[in-house]
Amino acid sequence: MLQIVLRSLRQHLLSTLITSFSIALASGLLMSVWVVKEQARRNFTEVDSGFDGVFGARGSKLQLVLNSIFHLEESPGNLTWEQYELIANDKRRVKTAVPIAVGDNYRGYRLVGVTTNLFEVEFQAGKKFEVQDGGYIFRSDKKQAVVGSFVAERLGMSIGNKFHPYHGLTFDEKEKHAEIYVVSGIMKPTNTPADRVIWIPIKGLQNMSGHSVETSSDVSAVLVKLQGNKHGMMMNQQYNVQGDVMTFAWPIAQIIAQIFNKIAPVEMILRCVAVLVAFVAAGSILASIYNSMNERRRDIAILRALGARRRTVFSFLILEATGIATLGSLAGFVVYFVIMSVASWYVRSETGIVLDPFEPQWVMVWAPLAMQCLGSLVGVVPAAKAYGTDVAENLIPNS
Amino acid sequence: MLLSIKNLKKSFLSSDGSTQKVVDVASFSMESGQQIALSGTSGSGKTTLLNLIAGILQPDEGQIELSGRSMSGSSEAVRDRLRAQMVGYIFQTFNLLQGYTCLENVLLGMSFGGDLDEDRAVELLENVGLGQRLDYHPRQLSTGQQQRVAVARALANRPKIVLADEPTGNLDPKNAAEALSLIRQTCRDREAALLIVSHDKAVLDQFEDSRDLSDINQAIGKVGEA
Repeated sequence: MLQIVLRSLRQHLLSTLITSFSIALASGLLMSVWVVKEQARRNFTEVDSGFDGVFGARGSKLQLVLNSIFHLEESPGNLTWEQYELIANDKRRVKTAVPIAVGDNYRGYRLVGVTTNLFEVEFQAGKKFEVQDGGYIFRSDKKQAVVGSFVAERLGMSIGNKFHPYHGLTFDEKEKHAEIYVVSGIMKPTNTPADRVIWIPIKGLQNMSGHSVETSSDVSAVLVKLQGNKHGMMMNQQYNVQGDVMTFAWPIAQIIAQIFNKIAPVEMILRCVAVLVAFVAAGSILASIYNSMNERRRDIAILRALGARRRTVFSFLILEATGIATLGSLAGFVVYFVIMSVASWYVRSETGIVLDPFEPQWVMVWAPLAMQCLGSLVGVVPAAKAYGTDVAENLIPNS
Repeated sequence: MLLSIKNLKKSFLSSDGSTQKVVDVASFSMESGQQIALSGTSGSGKTTLLNLIAGILQPDEGQIELSGRSMSGSSEAVRDRLRAQMVGYIFQTFNLLQGYTCLENVLLGMSFGGDLDEDRAVELLENVGLGQRLDYHPRQLSTGQQQRVAVARALANRPKIVLADEPTGNLDPKNAAEALSLIRQTCRDREAALLIVSHDKAVLDQFEDSRDLSDINQAIGKVGEA
């Protein structure tokens, strides 16, 4: 029976390939949408660079987190150095406070001014930001830089390289600063947004030529690690509810989750599109087999005349539809890897977040299986037609 | 007795709504290894009779027994199985599956009877002179060669009876004579009975037992009487 089905698939090779391709697209799309959604949500909400919260100027918490943790968006404003010290000296509640300053870039990659205690914080359990062999963390009083691994890879930077910072967050050749920085180290890859920035001493960024002298001691945000969660709630009450000077973005994961809540309708639309594509693909199996039923009718009658039962020819058609769906589902993994390769490259280059196409997900099991079930299901229609084929009528001519 | 037919009747509905009796056979029988040719004009119910014997059609009345097993009173599934195991069918238009090679066409003749034997399929094709063309597709063969494949396929399931419906109708006289000789000899070699229907006098003259279908089928000439 299997050989007859395989032969039939070969006999209708072009329509088999085209239909399988549409199934592959549907299956690949379904898996990609699902995996991107799942991994993006998880990876984004897990990224806190080892901090519990962020202090910044009065404004949007989400903008503050995006700017200071993900190095996206504009800074909502500045805090004074005194405000930073106020936070840092609150030793009862704040374990670590790291001030950052932004406002310059090098070829589109942000320069982030920071104090060296950033490198003492565990950005993930047991992992600290480290420089690769041969390098060292910049000295606070020198014009030195530690380059994120992604930046180093994309710009081909290595230890000892010199560069001019450019003013602003977007690259403009006319905005070149006079200072020359030297690369003292390349960071080991962290698969976090930290890979996409160039770290320099905070004083260096604050005092960059052309920056306002009045605000030269300001910071863009203060990243904090708390002594305990209960302090987060208290500080939230103190700074966000009762105060009106600073914004305290806490907890970071919950704030990032807001993005996904906001784009939930888009996610839903994407999923609906993927499911619709799956139904269209299943319809294409139906159309392709059903349209060939006229030419198959004689073959089916011959098989029946040779002793094939009705249920046998019914099974042929079901198996053929399932075969096309299976072929498409397998090819769907190729489509999935192509989509995911492009998606993960784009997401990494834009955010520093790494999506792993090879991470096992349940969707990789149920999506291909669902496509096969759908294929078998639509195969029932032509199979029913084959079942009802009249042998005597189709074995022409009669004498 | 190999084949026994009693009071067999089959009618069809005409397009004008009337019932047209096509087959009305009071009695007909065949012994194992017997070869009979039935003559009849076009539309005389020859194919219908063969389809009834093969179990492709269900009679309205009467009995058909093949080796003591009822073909007429059985369910369609049982008839399909009996056909797959006991009947070989040769058609005027050969009815070979175009997407399959000669060998695969013969193997298909075996597959539904549950006795798939590639060596035997090759032997059958060698016997009909196509041993060198096992992997040819029907379109690559002459009409005479295609009919040989059909003969090999009809014998693939070790049938007790071979039904041949105008088997030489599409062949030129030379090929027709060869094909007929081949069918008869192959049936003899395989100890299968042969029931052939034809309107070709040259074919009918070859048979010792050649009968006029109108002597058997009472429905001929009584169109419209149910």
